Amino acid sequence: MQTDWIWGLFGGGLIGTAAAIFLLVNGRIMGASGIIGGLVDGTGRNTAQERIALLAGLFLVPAALAALMGGAETHLTPSILVIVAGGLLVGIGTRIANGCTSGHGVCGISRMSLRGIVATVFYIGAGAVTVVVFKHMLGVI
Amino acid sequence: MRNLCAFLVGGLFGAGLLLSGMTDTRKVQGWLDLFGDWDPTLAFVMGGAIIPMAIAWRLVPNRAPILGGTFPSPPDPKVGRKLVIGSVLFGMGWGLSGLCPGPAVASLGFGGMGGLIFMVAMLCGMLLAPVLRNRLDAVPAAG
Repeated sequence: MQTDWIWGLFGGGLIGTAAAIFLLVNGRIMGASGIIGGLVDGTGRNTAQERIALLAGLFLVPAALAALMGGAETHLTPSILVIVAGGLLVGIGTRIANGCTSGHGVCGISRMSLRGIVATVFYIGAGAVTVVVFKHMLGVI
Repeated sequence: MRNLCAFLVGGLFGAGLLLSGMTDTRKVQGWLDLFGDWDPTLAFVMGGAIIPMAIAWRLVPNRAPILGGTFPSPPDPKVGRKLVIGSVLFGMGWGLSGLCPGPAVASLGFGGMGGLIFMVAMLCGMLLAPVLRNRLDAVPAAG
């Protein structure tokens, strides 16, 4: 749709504003994989409450908004195999790289972090190759 | 106070993900689909998010966070094997599913069973990661 980019810019602004508040008020980086991962492997035990509070907002607000909007569609593949493989790779990869789209992408690039830029180049590159192979060559997704 | 702020930040983050279309895997895979029907939305989302955050980073030097504590240390300039390998694995999973950790949480409320299965698989991956990380640390760097 032609208005998609406007919504993209607006929604992106909200994401960046959220990250800016978390940095300036709580002094922390809003990286989704780090916030979740620290709870999973125990490395974020001393900040567990803050992490859980953020994740609660991240889950509840879009759920409520989607309900108000009459539902939202994720268009997630019906293939359980693809979902499980994707989830495992996202979980392992973001924790080995120490960041995902929000941490390395939004928070890293905005401070001109070399690690953030390199990570973003590699995950977008790998994602694009994966879509070419699994969509256009194998027809799996 | 810290928890309330974190909750509001999470809510704003989630609202942004939903409204920008990033909880729709078709838009994410559309962005990655350079040789198909390419969808540029994600670039606008990234750009829109980076601008306020870049301003925030400029306010950091010589100050302290409003609720106390210290700001994160300056970025580590070291680009290692783990960063590259991890990012490639993450990118593959992102391409396959169209989900990354933020939208995976944000879409749990309306993503059905598939979204839930993705979340469980992602958490399992995060549990496995330290083992793989230690393996990578144990292998001496080439050259």
